[in-house]
Amino acid sequence: MSQTSFKKIAEEKIQPKDFSFDRDNMLLAKKILKIYPKNFKESSIMPLLSIAQNQNNGWLPKKAIEYVSDFLEIPEIKVLEIATFYSMYNLSPVGKFHVEVCTTSPCMLRGSDEILSFCEKKLAIQEGGISKDKMFSLSRVECLGACVNAPIIKINKNYYEDLDLNSTDKLINNLLNDKKIKIGSQSGRKGSEPRKSSYDKKR
Amino acid sequence: MIKKDNIIFKNLYGRDDPFLKSAMKRGDWKDTKKILKKTPQDIISIIKESGLRGRGGAGFSTGMKWDFMPKSRDKQHYLVINADEGEPGTCKDRDIIRNEPHKLIEGCLIAGYAIGATKCYIYIRGEFLNEATILQKAIDEAYNSNLLGKKIKGSNFDFDLYLHYGSGAYVCGEETALIESLEGKKGQPRLKPPFPASVGLYGMPTTVNNVETIAVVPTIVRRGHEWFSKLGRKNNTGSKIFCISGNVNTPCNVEEELGVPLKYLIQKYAGDVVGGWDNLQAVIPGGSSVPLLPKNLCEDVLMDFDSLKDAGSALGTAGVIVINKNTNITKVILRLSEFYKHESCGQCTPCREGTGWLMRMMDRIYKNGATAQELDLLQEVTKQIEGHTICALGDAAAWPIQGLLKHFRNDLLKKPKKVDKVA
Amino acid sequence: MVQIFIDEKAYDVEDGITVIQACESAGVEIPRFCYHEKLSIAGNCRMCLVEMENSNKPVASCAMPVAEGMKIKTNSEMVVKARKGVMEFLLINHPLDCPICDQGGECDLQDQAMAYGSGISRFVEQKRAVKDKNLGPLIKTHMTRCIHCTRCVRFSEEIAGNNTQLGAIGRGEDTEITTYLEEAMDFEMSGNVIDLCPVGALTSKPYEFVARPWELKKTETIDVFDAVGSSIRIDSKSDKILRVLPRINEEINDEWISDKTRFAYDGINNQRIDRYYLRNSEGKLAEESEENILKIIHNSLSNTKASQVAALVGNTLDCESIFSFKKFLDELKIDNYDCRQDDSFFLPFQRFSYIFNSTIKGIDDSDLCVLVGTDIKKEAPILSSRIRQKFLSSPKTYKIFSVGNFNLNFVVDYLGGNPSSLKKLSENKNSDVFKKSKKPIFILGQGAMCHDDAADIFNYCLNFYQKISKNIDWNGFNVLQTFSGRVGALDLGFYNKKNISRSLIKQIYDGKFEVLYLMSADEINFEKIPKKTFVIYHGHHGDKAVKRADLIIPMSCFTEKEGIYVNLEGRPQISSQVKFPIDGVNHSWTFLNKLSKLFNLSLYSDHNDLREKMFLNHEHLSYINQIQLSKINKNKQSKFKFSNQEMKSNISNFYMTDSVSRNSKIMSDCSLAFLKETNVT
Repeated sequence: MSQTSFKKIAEEKIQPKDFSFDRDNMLLAKKILKIYPKNFKESSIMPLLSIAQNQNNGWLPKKAIEYVSDFLEIPEIKVLEIATFYSMYNLSPVGKFHVEVCTTSPCMLRGSDEILSFCEKKLAIQEGGISKDKMFSLSRVECLGACVNAPIIKINKNYYEDLDLNSTDKLINNLLNDKKIKIGSQSGRKGSEPRKSSYDKKR
Repeated sequence: MIKKDNIIFKNLYGRDDPFLKSAMKRGDWKDTKKILKKTPQDIISIIKESGLRGRGGAGFSTGMKWDFMPKSRDKQHYLVINADEGEPGTCKDRDIIRNEPHKLIEGCLIAGYAIGATKCYIYIRGEFLNEATILQKAIDEAYNSNLLGKKIKGSNFDFDLYLHYGSGAYVCGEETALIESLEGKKGQPRLKPPFPASVGLYGMPTTVNNVETIAVVPTIVRRGHEWFSKLGRKNNTGSKIFCISGNVNTPCNVEEELGVPLKYLIQKYAGDVVGGWDNLQAVIPGGSSVPLLPKNLCEDVLMDFDSLKDAGSALGTAGVIVINKNTNITKVILRLSEFYKHESCGQCTPCREGTGWLMRMMDRIYKNGATAQELDLLQEVTKQIEGHTICALGDAAAWPIQGLLKHFRNDLLKKPKKVDKVA
Repeated sequence: MVQIFIDEKAYDVEDGITVIQACESAGVEIPRFCYHEKLSIAGNCRMCLVEMENSNKPVASCAMPVAEGMKIKTNSEMVVKARKGVMEFLLINHPLDCPICDQGGECDLQDQAMAYGSGISRFVEQKRAVKDKNLGPLIKTHMTRCIHCTRCVRFSEEIAGNNTQLGAIGRGEDTEITTYLEEAMDFEMSGNVIDLCPVGALTSKPYEFVARPWELKKTETIDVFDAVGSSIRIDSKSDKILRVLPRINEEINDEWISDKTRFAYDGINNQRIDRYYLRNSEGKLAEESEENILKIIHNSLSNTKASQVAALVGNTLDCESIFSFKKFLDELKIDNYDCRQDDSFFLPFQRFSYIFNSTIKGIDDSDLCVLVGTDIKKEAPILSSRIRQKFLSSPKTYKIFSVGNFNLNFVVDYLGGNPSSLKKLSENKNSDVFKKSKKPIFILGQGAMCHDDAADIFNYCLNFYQKISKNIDWNGFNVLQTFSGRVGALDLGFYNKKNISRSLIKQIYDGKFEVLYLMSADEINFEKIPKKTFVIYHGHHGDKAVKRADLIIPMSCFTEKEGIYVNLEGRPQISSQVKFPIDGVNHSWTFLNKLSKLFNLSLYSDHNDLREKMFLNHEHLSYINQIQLSKINKNKQSKFKFSNQEMKSNISNFYMTDSVSRNSKIMSDCSLAFLKETNVT
């Protein structure tokens, strides 16, 4: 189990020297601050960390944690608590495509273990690892909440659903070749409607 | 079973456009002005009498929950929507958010009006980024059409609706953990009392409701509590979205009346169990937290709160996980143990220490089989967790294993033939 | 009052308390780890579960408020099972390394495991191991032992409130207590987490592997490293002080002590003066016999006009030492003596002008706070935490103004750093706050009282305070003293009543005196004393003064004698004798007795006799632990002149404020680690 693999604070040599919000994110951050009561600035901590993570290629360096701490005038440890408590924050670098394979029971029942080992082979990285060219990182995650479309892979912001080995293979090839990919079900059905999926055809 | 006309979520599958124009064609936002002329207490009564029970898992009467809110309006009241859907086997709220966002937004307005909340936060799990984008667009539409914001539709009621993104923590589905998280803290459940209705978000009276619960409210208010209470069974009224996943031929979400037979649900909508009904081993009927039902109990159990309780399980979120005989059931439960261990917030002792212990024992049993003593210890440890924790996550970690031990003890005592992959 | 039933017996208990408190008052023991009376309720250890009627689950008694007719069972099968279960969970990942654990013998987990545990381990999986954290020179960590009760986290947040706080990172069983990236715990109250930790996860680094609790002699006494006078217990073995712990005293220190109080003890035995010295013709100190020393002093004082002799007492002296010294000087008609090496301002014979009139507990009752020239977090961490708690209990309504720019552990309205900023108090935007306040407190620190404008600052504040105060029963006008011996010395009148100008120190530097007798006074600039002045140093530590002193007389240190100290509230307290004086050293009055004999002055037969004579003149000192409240005297000054000179605290290095803490290795480690400067005081 290495669901905590991107939770270790990255080593010093890859930590950036500085961090601050770029112009767009600064505007966004100020907008976010406004949706919470003035004396509860702390509420913005999670969205701000997410913004920071997006700005920094999907992971949070120490400087970003300290920046958010300064920005909200909250002790650094409080920000670190949040960054380590919630599973979506990464404290060490992830690939350009961060592949997260859901392996909780509903996905497992529909072959997520095979999908995960397929990904490991195809990407030549272990779960919890990042490829040498920094293109891919692979992680096992808990329930992504799309169980009737299992198995599911989340890559960066998008879900890819109703997968089997073939469609997973195609998906990764398309990523590698920079081709357009359809988000959502890969079996051609609409949302969660009751229809035959490729899963059954195969069996 | 359910008549087409009674279906609330007409666009559950997203065949139609989710946004305002189409939503209004489907009947959303009809008579908002009229609804806001009713008194808050009238709306609470309608919901009470409709018999609507919370769709998030606990099944508590929604009307009563609203009635707990203080009636004086001297403090800021908050409505918080729990859209942190993460119970394994459950994916109904996601469909509502992306395909029927206006039902949710309208529900928020009406609920907010009923409980005197002028501010509402929807806490959506961070992974649902695309869904949230749709919802945000729908919220913007509603603001632009004076369905949210100041003096809504000529009334004196102001209502603001904000989206708050989670960042990956199952435990935030617990209402007080969700409040903590919304306040920018770790999602660690609070001690109760005090309950959120007296001390909730930012210390103010707060009601936390599930997405589905709130999304059905406008339809109930429009069509009347009688209409709703005629659906389903006594004490288990209305319709509900069922999520059927696992070893079925066509996993899907479907809205049905409460009290629909489990077998019917699986066969009619999910294309039956893979390998046929006789190949069924067990069903987890209400999301991962509830005890499983072995095949014999699945034959005629009805899918509602009370029936499933009588059968030794629970309706929970109505996430039906079907397990057939080709599957190693110990592995299914082991995966859940891993899930709960991973999701335990670490605050209270029994859950923090117990979930890890359970997982390790399950792992051993999955790999090596178990002796009777080991199974007794496993059972005892689940009992040591159950009922001793701050929130229900401890119970949720215990129940699947208890279900396994109750119905599959003899299988567990057999040495496993072959382990397909080291977990 | 509500009536509740505990184990079927009825009890009337106070409304609003929790079940655990009710059980405590009923004498029913409830085991607990995370619950602590002075901290917020966490309810996370689950050890205190009890059975409550109409609840199918046991409830956490620490978090459950009592209600009329409530029926609680503390020993039912449900409860016993729950406790046993929780105990087992706590122990499965605990290393059970009691034989090598410093907490052994005084460990909550050990004790409760004996009482409620099962004795056999059923856990055959691998135990969790957690990396230790480096939290600085004071706190030793063994994080594998941690049971995640979060007392330390709550303390650092709620009581200490420093920038460097403890937190719990990660989640589930991987939760770990740490500071941000293991920054050292550099706040003044950090050591309290050692006491709070119910297991051996956070222990004292200096006390590591030093002793077992049952080997120690425990002496209840008070702290003298600041003017608060915290209640402490000193644990010693034979002649060595091994550790200092707080005692509960709700009126003063609750149950906290500062790190200086806790850790400076090792300075007591370092660099001690244990014999007589005289500076020889080569300018080097050489040992001398007592007899000769007495003769030399006798000669020198006899041959010098009284007006040519000056005397100073140190900051941490007990009343007996000061009184006997004063009497000796008075009988020799020497007037030029003072207890204020810092020229601190006060009004002679007006006690209200140098004590903390509201009392420490008064902080809890106050509704507004004005700080003037005080870095209270360094000067009196205990008080600072008390203000913080008050502030946190009503963050919206409790307003704190600060004149003086300091890093404090609560949010202040900063008005400016120099005395003229005081005028901002009367700005319109603040008038409402003062109008509403019924119990304001003003705290004038030594940054104000040692300032050149001290008199103007004092009188301006006094005027302002009197203008806004409406309640004659409330005296919230406070001066914050920073030294344990100061109030006592002022009470005893150790200052020149004929000349109260703040100029004695300058006169010393100007060479106005031929002989300067310093009793444990180390805080003046010795380089400025002219060579011709004959400097007698009567003290216990070879500190700053000995470099300049011409003659040195040893005396016992505060742990070696019983003595009365008056704390900043004006509360006389007894500091107990913990051990015998080191070889060759005695109480200062015994030496003065011998000297007095040569002068044919009055003598004391013993310590009691000295004390009786002191009480005769200063009766209030005999009322141990009682505060004589003072009234404010009116002030007539109406015009004020303020300079732009910044108000600075008299304490820049919290860890080193007197000859003992300056000779403490632990304090020097702290200074090095936290301040990166050692010689500043």
